[in-house]
Amino acid sequence: MGNKNEVWLGTLSLMVLRTLATMGPQHGYGLARRIEQISGDRLSVNYGTLYPALLKLEQDGSITSEWGISDTNRRAKFYQLTRAGRKHLERETRDWHETTAILARFLSPAEEG
Amino acid sequence: MRTWRGWSKRLRAWVADGDRDRDLGQELESVVEMHTDEYLRAGMTREEARRRALIEVGGVEQVRQTVRDGRGFPRLEGWARDAKYAMRALLRTPGFSVVAFVVMAIGIGASVTLFTVVRSVLLRPLPFPHADRLVALYSQDDRSKPDLENNVASGDFYDWQRSSHGYEQMALWRWTGYNMSGSGGDLPEFLNAGTSSWNLFATLGANPALGRLFTPDDDHIGAGLTVILSWSFFERRFNGDPGILGKTIRLNSQNYTVIGVLPAWFQFPDPKIQLWVPWQVGESRDAIFSHYIHIAHVVARLRADASARAALQELSAVEYGLYTRLRGSGPMEQGVIAKPLLEDVVGKVKTPLYVLLGAVVCLLLIACLNLSNLLVARSAARRREMAIRSALGSSRLSLIRQQLMESLLICLIGGAFGLLLSVGATQWLISRWTELPRGYDVHPDGLAVGFSLGVTLMAGVLAGLLPSISSTGGTILAALQVGSRGIGGSVGRASLRKALLTAEVALTVVLLIAAGLLFKSFLRLRTVELGCTTKNVLTMTYFLRGDQYSKPEQIVGFDTQLLERVRHLPGVQAAGLTNVVPGDGYYGDHEVWIPEHPAQAPGEHHFVAYRTADPGYFSAMGIPLLRGRLFSNDERLEHDKFVIVNQELVRQYFPGEDPLGKHLRVEWRTPQGENYEIIGVVANTKYLVGKPPRPMMWFPILAGIPGNSGDSVLVVRSETDVTPLAIPIQRLIASLDMNLPVKNVLTMEQIIGRSTTNSSFSATLVLSFAGFSLVLAAVGLYGVLAYLVTQRTGEIGVRMALGARREGVLRLVLIDGLRPALLGLGIGITVSLGMTRLISSVLYGTSPLDASVFLAVIATLLISATGACLLPAWRAARINPMCALRAE
Repeated sequence: MGNKNEVWLGTLSLMVLRTLATMGPQHGYGLARRIEQISGDRLSVNYGTLYPALLKLEQDGSITSEWGISDTNRRAKFYQLTRAGRKHLERETRDWHETTAILARFLSPAEEG
Repeated sequence: MRTWRGWSKRLRAWVADGDRDRDLGQELESVVEMHTDEYLRAGMTREEARRRALIEVGGVEQVRQTVRDGRGFPRLEGWARDAKYAMRALLRTPGFSVVAFVVMAIGIGASVTLFTVVRSVLLRPLPFPHADRLVALYSQDDRSKPDLENNVASGDFYDWQRSSHGYEQMALWRWTGYNMSGSGGDLPEFLNAGTSSWNLFATLGANPALGRLFTPDDDHIGAGLTVILSWSFFERRFNGDPGILGKTIRLNSQNYTVIGVLPAWFQFPDPKIQLWVPWQVGESRDAIFSHYIHIAHVVARLRADASARAALQELSAVEYGLYTRLRGSGPMEQGVIAKPLLEDVVGKVKTPLYVLLGAVVCLLLIACLNLSNLLVARSAARRREMAIRSALGSSRLSLIRQQLMESLLICLIGGAFGLLLSVGATQWLISRWTELPRGYDVHPDGLAVGFSLGVTLMAGVLAGLLPSISSTGGTILAALQVGSRGIGGSVGRASLRKALLTAEVALTVVLLIAAGLLFKSFLRLRTVELGCTTKNVLTMTYFLRGDQYSKPEQIVGFDTQLLERVRHLPGVQAAGLTNVVPGDGYYGDHEVWIPEHPAQAPGEHHFVAYRTADPGYFSAMGIPLLRGRLFSNDERLEHDKFVIVNQELVRQYFPGEDPLGKHLRVEWRTPQGENYEIIGVVANTKYLVGKPPRPMMWFPILAGIPGNSGDSVLVVRSETDVTPLAIPIQRLIASLDMNLPVKNVLTMEQIIGRSTTNSSFSATLVLSFAGFSLVLAAVGLYGVLAYLVTQRTGEIGVRMALGARREGVLRLVLIDGLRPALLGLGIGITVSLGMTRLISSVLYGTSPLDASVFLAVIATLLISATGACLLPAWRAARINPMCALRAE
């Protein structure tokens, strides 16, 4: 478990937003598990990173939270995407694609001339 | 928009902090439980599952703290909270805190004071527009006397003025003085005055506060007598009444019309100057255009577009032309030097002030090191607390910040007291240091306040950083383990403190050596033999000027009557008259020729300081006659062609010859000069403390030559305390001439004291700084060693139980404490060997490597260090092994 990659700074909030967009409201535990799962267990989510990210998203108004009951019948806090958050996600996703596309051009050996 | 919303949420979050925190706690707990559930499903026991879950979540408290930092205004809150903690910590140990405050207050107060003085006197420009373009010009002979500048002959000045292109304006001035008659109930008084070319104020860029300044019409031979008053004189003598403009005042019993008043800020060159008169008025044509009488100071303002170098070269060329043309007929200089006007005004206190500033910076550093040292001790004691807090989730930065807060708080409070202290100290320094140029100008300004703030913060960081870094580093576990064993006090901490101590001792040694050298030099100065009696001798000065004293008989009549009456006063042992007493300055010289000797080569000149004396002067001052005789009573008025010389004159001009009966040709009574027969040789007296003797000659004061014999200093010697005689003698003078002002009623000791104030201030201030540093260093040494002994009680107990003797333990501890002291001593001495050369220019009769001072400092330091170490060492040796081991 120790040799897994830590989540890169700044990308975690994007992952959180994306997860919430596809899966609907989630609690912290579920989010962490889901992100790890989607990464094919190549990432490990640290709660000391996750919770500040959640807090920041909430302060920005991208997500809201409320207490609810989990599948396992536990009381848990659920996070939900807001409309602003959805827009934020779209924008960030676009930016991300653009960034990776640019980087890909740089890094792809075929393009060298 | 989003950030704004973020901020508002943060604000709300900050208000509802407690709720949110509880909420987060519950949330994290639910996460832990979900993890636990998972492990339970995997078949673990409940405890194991919970343990694994906690590990996975990664410390609930740390997560909480990180989230907390993201919420509200953590930085601000953190600082405020740290300040609160630090305050509490300081209040818990009031003794420590008070000592720390006092130490820092003295350190900061002293450095702010000195900085204020240095800034006001040396760094702040003179209060004139474009003061950087103002220079003082001197004539100078760069071949024979490259370091000596000579005053300018006014004839040279007028030639410079005519032919220079690089300067906007140049003006000349010199000191003078006037007797002002008493009127309307005011006492007669002597006024220090300046006489200047009409354009001095325009050159400097000053406008009058009232009336007008001089014009060329006021400044020529035969012009009406005009005077400009200084603001302080105008306020003091005329109650600030503008009605005085256009009226006349009586100076040297002549009427001068007051045409203007200078503004209050105009204090050039010295606030002692009360009034100004034009240069050429009342002077002879010969004197004004003479190229040989070097008496003037010259101020010039460089053109904005001119090069300082080219302007000076042009002047030097003019001067060299004069030199080649006139060198045969009188003393001439070959060139001109310029120095910034500021330098000219304050140059002589530059080194003493920088020495003092250096000393206070040392003092402040020592104070910081000391505080640092104390804080290291405290932080060592709190290492466990730090370890626990970092285990509970505090970041290292926040721990450092908290400890830094403590030292910052100490320094801020100390700095506030220091600032108050420095206000008082600056006042005190200025009022006592009367010889400080621009002393009137010393007041704290924005820069000084900024400096004090900067110094305070820097001191705080400097003192706090080291301890806090040292106490927070390292592994938590080690700290907890060491802490629990009680022996504690890791070796690293102690060696850090020893390093601080070494630095402190080294700085102290440098300060002590500087202080020792300055003090020895000062003592040398104070005990220097002037060559005359200085005990129970009173002097007072008066100038016989004006119509009333325009004939020799009038001057001689006054002097002889006064001497006669003074000698009959009860308590007076002897009395005499001269123009300048030993130790009161060079005054002036005249060129002499010796008719019995072959003519001197062109360009070679004998200059001899001139003095006057009555027959009783030498015995009254206790100046021994070596050969020949003194003046007799009938050597007066026209029968005055006799002169007494000092030994130095004989040594220089009559080597291996009998000077008695030979003559000196001097322009004394007339501009043509006449021969004076040498009738006696007296022992050398010093014209100024700390200066080598120069050739000197005395003419009979009872010749009564107006101008030459009118300057009188009455000296009175008494068997006992002479000061009670001051009033009856002044009353005697008033009974002879009620309009004659008397000035400088001073004992010889006061005259010497006045001329040594600069070195007295450097010496006593640096010495007190050094003494304070020594105390700090000793306290630091004691503190560290006492702490080490407490820490090592167990170890020492074991040693003693195993058979170590008390002397052995004593030696062990003593050596432990003395090692940093010795190391610091070595470093300090090495540094001093290199540094003391910097102060050699302010030392008198003391080598910068004076062995006795170095030895005394070494001895003082060793004794203090041993003293400081002895108590803890002795306590260590008294340790009862049984108690020590049981306490373990």
